[in-house]
Amino acid sequence: MTTSAIEVRGLRKSYGAKVVLDDVDLTVNAGTVTALLGPNGAGKTTTVHILSTLVRPDGGAATVAGCDVVRNPDGVRAQIGLTGQFSAVDNLLTGEENLLLMARLRHLGAKRSATRVTELLEQFDLVEAARKPLATYSGGMRRRLDLAMTLVATPRVIFLDEPTTGLDPRSRHTMWDIVRGLVAEGTTVLLTTQYLDEADELADRIAVLDGGKIVANGTPDELKRLVPGGHIKLRFADSTALHTASGLLRESTLDDVDLALTVPSDGGVHALRTVLDSLDAANLEVADLSIHTPDLDDVFFALTGRVESKEAQS
Amino acid sequence: MTTINAAHPHAAGAGGKSHVVADSITMLRRNLLHMIRYPGLSVFTIMGPVVILLLFVFVFGGTLGAGLPGVDPAGGRAAYLAYVMPGILAITIAGGAGGTATTVSMDMTEGITARFRTMAISRASVLAGHVLGNTIQTLIAVALVLGVGLAIGFRPNAGAIEWLAAAGLMVLTAYAISWLAVAMGIQAKSVETASNLPLLLVILPMLGSGFVPTDSMPAWMQGFADYQPFTPIIETIRGLLLGTPLGWNAALAVGWCVVIAVAGYLWSMVIYERKSVR
Repeated sequence: MTTSAIEVRGLRKSYGAKVVLDDVDLTVNAGTVTALLGPNGAGKTTTVHILSTLVRPDGGAATVAGCDVVRNPDGVRAQIGLTGQFSAVDNLLTGEENLLLMARLRHLGAKRSATRVTELLEQFDLVEAARKPLATYSGGMRRRLDLAMTLVATPRVIFLDEPTTGLDPRSRHTMWDIVRGLVAEGTTVLLTTQYLDEADELADRIAVLDGGKIVANGTPDELKRLVPGGHIKLRFADSTALHTASGLLRESTLDDVDLALTVPSDGGVHALRTVLDSLDAANLEVADLSIHTPDLDDVFFALTGRVESKEAQS
Repeated sequence: MTTINAAHPHAAGAGGKSHVVADSITMLRRNLLHMIRYPGLSVFTIMGPVVILLLFVFVFGGTLGAGLPGVDPAGGRAAYLAYVMPGILAITIAGGAGGTATTVSMDMTEGITARFRTMAISRASVLAGHVLGNTIQTLIAVALVLGVGLAIGFRPNAGAIEWLAAAGLMVLTAYAISWLAVAMGIQAKSVETASNLPLLLVILPMLGSGFVPTDSMPAWMQGFADYQPFTPIIETIRGLLLGTPLGWNAALAVGWCVVIAVAGYLWSMVIYERKSVR
């Protein structure tokens, strides 16, 4: 099914004189993950807040799971879950009580509530901490509990607003696995992130948001192809071979210390074959070969003309 | 109003409005758990009025009691205890507002409240949870303060019906003040403001007939003291428990409570809706 779960047209939002969203269009197909990538202040969280009915847009239209966010907010609310960058948990309750609270508010009934809570505690590895106050939870545990609370009633569309910001690498990978699991079950996910590797890792499509505008939208590979910088790197056993090869491949640049040659290329099979054929014809042995396609860092830089994203990644 | 609709566990969105009662009870449970887990605020709302009671009876009571009309100066302290008790009960109810406004204000900054807003639950039930929780807490405080009063010699001459009526009015007052306090809590820009704003309510019983008869006040103040909400409430409790003349006070008291509750409810709902998160 390729119906869209989220449909955004011409979305606008300003706070006073500051334009936060300026004519944003976005389509997220049902059952896919779309990453909204952008630096701090790009408008990612505002977009998610509008789509989850927390904030009213100034203009444009947005539907989530077929319901208009302004005209039918309750319809939207019934089908979504939001896990924000600030944990939406009740700090004065235990993990189990938090989940039970959600189950009651979703009207699951006493018996199903109890089963569902047990299930989620196991799935999110929170069984041992279930009866402990949240003050004793680590950042990763809180984030897992937060997501578990969102999933009490299996929403159709889930918004994850910077789900791994501030988590250690292990917790990050756990979170990624959970998101993949959700998508495998058919949930639609809109994820905001400032981590390029996260978008690359999880998303089917990436929309790059910068200064309140979508500046690019496509699959991770499509975005990478947008920018120059791809190349093939060849290493040779000795200097003679290196220089012969350098003579054959005119556009290449030479690195005498590494005995390496860098050949600009789009990274495609055809370009690679051409390079290898000409080396074969000259009977040159290649010691090592690697293909470098531009990463999202390059994409980001090329699209926004800034390097903020690299900063944000550290 | 309907109760939990067990047949449609997933239809929360279709009928957000139909779950108001169930959701309010869920929210009430949440707030009661908070109070049990972190009783600091609750203890303060009870201790405050007790200290004022003891202060006024044992420190000021002898002199103030002797000044009450028709009181034998020798029995001043006992007479003043009887006179001041309804005022102390009113202060106890008003004092609960401080705790509520603080709790609500803190809750509004919590991520969990943002989550509630993205769920298909009625706006009213989130706030009703606070109101009901605070009403219960206030009534516990009232019962304990009354207990202390009885222990130090407060002797009302009310029958069962009068006791019930007085209790009913106090429940109504606590409920009305709670809605006002919830509104103050949402309105306040910071938790500090939220905890101070309701102090005005605590002063009100003193600017009425709570601690001294209003006709002992200057004329301009008497005008305010006679017609402000706490005076008819205090006079009604006094009339019911001690047999002083009731007059129109009961009707006025109930009327004020309804006005305060409705105003507090509307104020809360409007600003809760308007104040978007972050």
